[in-house]
Amino acid sequence: MKKTLYTQIEGGKGFWALLAGFGVVILAGLASMYYMEHNGHWVTGMNNSVVWGTPHVFAIFLIVAASGALNVASIGSVFGKKMYKPLAPLSGILAVALLVGGLAVLVLDLGRPDRLIVAMTNYNFKSIFAWNIILYTGFMAIVAIYLWMMLEKRFNKYSTSVGTFAFVWRLLLTTGTGSIFGFLVAREAYDAALMAPMFVVMSFSFGLAIFMLVLFASYRMTGRPLGDYVVRRLKNLLGVFVAGVLYFVLVYHLANLYATEHHGVESFILTSGGIYTMLFWVGQILLGSLVPLAILYNPATGNSRGWISIASVLVIFGGLSQLYVLLIGGQAYPMKTFPGYEVTSSFGDGMIASYSPTLPEVLLGISGFAIALVAVTIAVRHLRALPASLADGETDPHAA
Amino acid sequence: MSEDTNLKRREFIGNGAKLAAGLTIAPGVVVYGLSEASVPDRPAEEPASSERRWGMLVDSNKCATGCDKCVTACGEENGWDDSEPNSSPEQKAQWIRKVELRHKGTGKSHSLPMMCQHCENPPCVDVCPTNASMKRADGIVLVDRHRCIGCRYCMMACPYKARSFIHETLTDQEPHMPRGKGTVESCTMCVHRVDEGREPACVEECPEQAILFGDLNDPDSAIAQALTRYDSTAVREDLGLNPGVRYRGI
Ligand code: SF4
Ligand code: SF4
Repeated sequence: MKKTLYTQIEGGKGFWALLAGFGVVILAGLASMYYMEHNGHWVTGMNNSVVWGTPHVFAIFLIVAASGALNVASIGSVFGKKMYKPLAPLSGILAVALLVGGLAVLVLDLGRPDRLIVAMTNYNFKSIFAWNIILYTGFMAIVAIYLWMMLEKRFNKYSTSVGTFAFVWRLLLTTGTGSIFGFLVAREAYDAALMAPMFVVMSFSFGLAIFMLVLFASYRMTGRPLGDYVVRRLKNLLGVFVAGVLYFVLVYHLANLYATEHHGVESFILTSGGIYTMLFWVGQILLGSLVPLAILYNPATGNSRGWISIASVLVIFGGLSQLYVLLIGGQAYPMKTFPGYEVTSSFGDGMIASYSPTLPEVLLGISGFAIALVAVTIAVRHLRALPASLADGETDPHAA
Repeated sequence: MSEDTNLKRREFIGNGAKLAAGLTIAPGVVVYGLSEASVPDRPAEEPASSERRWGMLVDSNKCATGCDKCVTACGEENGWDDSEPNSSPEQKAQWIRKVELRHKGTGKSHSLPMMCQHCENPPCVDVCPTNASMKRADGIVLVDRHRCIGCRYCMMACPYKARSFIHETLTDQEPHMPRGKGTVESCTMCVHRVDEGREPACVEECPEQAILFGDLNDPDSAIAQALTRYDSTAVREDLGLNPGVRYRGI
């Protein structure tokens, strides 16, 4: 295998057009945020029963995907798989960018984003939230150092050890994100030991799907060769991860069905939950898992980049559906404050809570993706992060 | 955290009015009507004492279905009764609510008020990233509204759905109870009254005397005596949070 040559992307019209496009989305997100903060959250779909709404779905998705996006680099440096090495810088950049996008959404949806400084100066070390802030900033710093080691020739020799550290840190980070739910003792939908490992596998799948789309798009737009070897390896990996998530989802629901006390919330999600049931079966299972698996493993579609891209988009859609069902469905289902009793009150006790997303919430969520993509675009313009060629001859150890 | 802020925080509710007088809580958002504060009895230098643990015992046998005098009293006392004209019913704050129960097996029904249960091990305090959720030494759980960033994690964590998020700008607040858009609030056990040696508003207004308030740590108090004499239970006792509010008759 030849030595990889990394180059910056050109700063021409296409570059600026791309930035402008994402910029518009970000502006829409900021305008939404201003609208929600200025009026107060009564203009959103949230209420005192469903307190984390659509922005949280996007934010958690992006944060989970961020740690997964680093996976490609980890496979290269930690597990020594040569083919993945040239992809490592992009993988690191994307990881940091997605994290920034997700955190931005999270912060902009706070009741008092202006008090961020309070959050940064008053730590409650018992709170997993505070721990997560440390995990997130640490992640950014470590990946930044990792990128530096990779991109600066004289430091290359350290990149494996820093990469290993980054890998361990990313596992902690996803576990930390998953544990946000683990602390909610009274919410049945989140009461599962499986939550943390399930989040790790979800991160692999969502992160890789985004990585592949970014890789395809950037090589297409810059006219760089991208060989079938890389594409095939990545799509096979995506297939494995999607199947992995599906497996965890299956075990999670079987375990809940087995535990009598969780039958209520299970039948809510699986059969009677209206929009949540629909999103579960159609969004998460069918479109987000089974269809992508069929596309990826069917030889007729699995070799086409167009189809692989569609599969990746579906995986992202499925992931968002999954988090919507888990997060919002889990809140909509009433807490069992008085087991054995039928409960009614003026505050929604014993009732399925209503929540419908509003446009500003969705725009704010989507702008998280735009923030991440702008960051990636600017980074690959200014850093030599993309290999000039990923043609088969460059990457496939068996190619002549 | 410095000793100085610690003290400030202990004083916060007791002396909240003085602290918050004319305070601008965000550009353009001013807490109105806070200047003529009354000074509480518990001297500001004197922190809430851990020798006490304030608690309540609610007798659901006495509590009448359909009566919501405690709810009205709390709303008026603390100013949340009619403060959010834009918010939907699901978005409006409710520090205390009446809950109607019907046993699925026997059909026996109960009526009782639900509010912050002032847990000894409060999940809301554990999860709060900024220490805005806090437990005073005397067991009262409060939100420091000057420190709350509105992340709503405490609302996710509370097993009793005791907390409300403020969805809009508030005007016309009660002098002793600073509140604000974008922050979370819940029953304060009428801390401003308790610090003056008075009972919480709901306790005072209940026509059936269904709520008993007092110091759980004082063996001679009426509440401590009642707790030794009668069976009582904590809601979701299984969670081990040891709430300061207990119930009889369920
Ligand atoms: S009842 Fe809820 S809000 Fe009150 S102390 Fe317990 S966890 Fe916190
Ligand atoms: S909403 Fe406020 S009180 Fe509740 S956890 Fe967040 S910062 Fe703490």
